[in-house]
Amino acid sequence: MEYDEAALDRAFLALADPVRRALIARLSRGPATVNELAEPFPITLQAVSRHISVLEAAGLITRTRDGQRRPCHLAPSALEQLTGWIDQYRLTTERRFRRIDAVLETVKEQDQ
Amino acid sequence: MSDTIINAPANTPFIEVLRDFDATPAQLFKVSTDPDLIAQWLGPNNLEMEVVEYDVRPGGRYRYIHRDPSGAEFAFRGVFHAIEPGAMVIQTFEYEGFPGEVSLEKATYTATANGVQLRTWSVFPSIEARDGMVASGMERGLTEGLDKLAALVAKETGR
Repeated sequence: MEYDEAALDRAFLALADPVRRALIARLSRGPATVNELAEPFPITLQAVSRHISVLEAAGLITRTRDGQRRPCHLAPSALEQLTGWIDQYRLTTERRFRRIDAVLETVKEQDQ
Repeated sequence: MSDTIINAPANTPFIEVLRDFDATPAQLFKVSTDPDLIAQWLGPNNLEMEVVEYDVRPGGRYRYIHRDPSGAEFAFRGVFHAIEPGAMVIQTFEYEGFPGEVSLEKATYTATANGVQLRTWSVFPSIEARDGMVASGMERGLTEGLDKLAALVAKETGR
């Protein structure tokens, strides 16, 4: 698995904003246009457009053309990278805890 | 025995780690604070581990060093702030490669129906410091994984 540091930085920065995280959460349920995405938010359409541009620049979403509609889609590979980053940390930590499990076994034998 | 849960909320300098162990709080506390026992688990698989000092008392210091096969050293140190035997430890944590980037860690040991839950709550001096720490853990994990893979391949090919 290749990690592109600069791309990860952009992605994390893009996700550092609660509105952008909410947009990503909405897109995880399926593609949507900017108008559809803007509906639940008490902010202007322009503000939502800017957030979408940031997500697009970070490679987290892509946009296709469908006649007059330009729906946004989640880029699955980008999200895999993000989850991979924290998952790998979790695996490293879990491996350390499994070594604790092993040491605990010897301690428990001594306690008996 | 269960898997590790990691919570690293976006846009915060926090990391929460939760994990259940099949032991009593006293036993887990002992394994987590006894210098001889710590040397057996604290450190990546492929690195040699030296516990220089580990004085688990309020105001006590700790320092340990990982050495990789090339002799490169990675040293960590900190101070114990508060101790409740079998229940809680509050300590500072610093990787000497990034001096001054000190995090504060609180570990609690809570008895559960079938063992003990360890919860560690780390507060880093910045979001960047936290993300850097997580990323370094990732790199170490990748290195370990590759080493294991290499060993496996060597075994399969008889070299």
